Amino acid sequence: MTAGILLSGQANGDWVELSAAGSWTAEYAGAIEPQVEAVTRSITARGIAININRIEYLDTYGAWLIERALRNWTKQGREARLVGLREDYRGLFEKVRAGTQTLTPPAPRTNSIIATLVSVGITMSNVGADLLLFAQMLGSLMVAFGRVLLKPTTFRFTSMINQLERVGWRAVPIILLITVLIGAILAQQGIFHFRKFGADIYVIDMVGVLVLREVGVLIVCIMVAGRSGSSYTAELGAMRMREEVDALRTMGFDPIEVLILPRILALVIAVPILTFLGSMAAIYGGGLVSWLYGGIQPEVFLSRLREAVSMHTFEVGMIKAPFMALVIGVVACVEGLQVQGSAESLGEQTTNSVVKSIFLVIVLDGIFAMFFASIGM
Amino acid sequence: MASNSRTPVIEVRDLVVDLKGHRILNGVTLDVYRGEILGFVGASGAGKSVLTRTIVGLLPKQLGRIDVFGVNLDQAGEVARQEIERRWGILFQQGALFSSLTVGENVEFPIREYLDVSDKLMTEIAITKLEMVGLKPDVYRKFPSELSGGMIKRVALARALALDPEILFLDEPTSGLDPISAGDFDQLILTLQRTSAMAVFMVTHDLDSLHTICDRIAVLGDGKIIEAGTMDTMLASQHPWLKAYFHGARARSGLRAAAGS
Repeated sequence: MTAGILLSGQANGDWVELSAAGSWTAEYAGAIEPQVEAVTRSITARGIAININRIEYLDTYGAWLIERALRNWTKQGREARLVGLREDYRGLFEKVRAGTQTLTPPAPRTNSIIATLVSVGITMSNVGADLLLFAQMLGSLMVAFGRVLLKPTTFRFTSMINQLERVGWRAVPIILLITVLIGAILAQQGIFHFRKFGADIYVIDMVGVLVLREVGVLIVCIMVAGRSGSSYTAELGAMRMREEVDALRTMGFDPIEVLILPRILALVIAVPILTFLGSMAAIYGGGLVSWLYGGIQPEVFLSRLREAVSMHTFEVGMIKAPFMALVIGVVACVEGLQVQGSAESLGEQTTNSVVKSIFLVIVLDGIFAMFFASIGM
Repeated sequence: MASNSRTPVIEVRDLVVDLKGHRILNGVTLDVYRGEILGFVGASGAGKSVLTRTIVGLLPKQLGRIDVFGVNLDQAGEVARQEIERRWGILFQQGALFSSLTVGENVEFPIREYLDVSDKLMTEIAITKLEMVGLKPDVYRKFPSELSGGMIKRVALARALALDPEILFLDEPTSGLDPISAGDFDQLILTLQRTSAMAVFMVTHDLDSLHTICDRIAVLGDGKIIEAGTMDTMLASQHPWLKAYFHGARARSGLRAAAGS
């Protein structure tokens, strides 16, 4: 096959006849296009005819290039015609000629300042809508929970145990590993700096209080949001995309009761347990570093820890855990049910779920800090 | 159309395919000729999709040989394979449009990857293809999730046709369409096939499609091709499955309709 060519032919009065030859196919379209434009532009005659009798191969690309040249010519108020159309290409030309190519132009770009303001406005109204959805989900969850309490046999116990295994039991190794490291890092930094004042021993106060009150629960919640919250969103999102949620609803089941309640209850049970395990692991890591790096004997560490932390310190951390679990679960489920048809939307909602739940966990932690400070805990 | 050029574009010889330890295809031999529409039928689960997927290289084969455009796919290097892949188009059963791209970008995707053409021409070709499959140009900027099932199939067909392929694989093109849309779709495939003389390999259960647009029919059963030939061959066959298929209640009403028109 040879690439298609458009030969500028002889002028005949007001008419110029161009002759097309070779292969006018997709493969050569890139090379033919500029040629066609150059040749048709250079002609000044009033009429133009394109003879396609000598074309060897023709497909949609070639047919469109010829059709486009003819259309451009006609648009300039001149005459254009196609000659030498072979019978076997007639159908193709008819199809191509039937195309109108009337594409509505894309919406004009607005002023960039206005666009920024618009996007800020949209974001803010989305924040409002998110809060509303969050409250709505919390409400429907309470209603579903109430229904289940009245009629306990309807509760999906198996489903909850299954979720508990996934978000609780299987999360234990990674949570332990990370919290040991965090405890160790806290202790190491504390010893390094406190030693300048000869106040090494206060590292134990710092590690004990910080881990039990704040760091333990925060680290565990961030891990759970990334690990389990994201999987909730992705699961529910995929179920929504495949109309499984709609199927449940039409069979007379409440998706909140069947899908969401067991998941969120599993989180509310698992997160306090994980928080307890994580805090213990962090203190263990801190104690290990204090001993090996700071030279504080374990007996000293333990007795100092007993003085430094009270039952209150421990309670403050543990009380927060179920509330944070609830926030993570609700955000994950709300985002999951927001998924639209596309794969991209699934990814976007999963990201949103993790970002929003981590943000809300930290905000909630701040609110709790103020609350506990004002009640003197 | 099938008679004027009997060059096979796909030659399958003694193909054996196992899937998860089960033998699905056991010695399939089949030719698809240039410029014909081959209807491919068989019971659900007989392995029609497996054969299609094996020919296009999505599934590995155990034994046998597949030649496309006279090139043995086993011996073709990467470049030769890509050259072949450029010359066929595939319409998946669910459309398989890329959900994160617009309709226009979906159709332009193979053009952008394989051809060196200007953006303007690419857009115009994409719109031409969309109009050829009977859609309005304004779907160009829509996303697949905004389209109905029938429109998705049309867009998927436009994408399969984007590079003007010489072979078109259709996996149950009319499933899930109402009878009117299915009939329109059949006519569309026929028109497009006649304008470009491509070979069409169509897996279908739609007896109307088999009657109205297929030049030849191949039947798969027990991992082999039971019968291949024109509709008359099928009707004359004494094979029990074929008799049940082409002489069942649904087939008879289809035949009457075809005879009436």
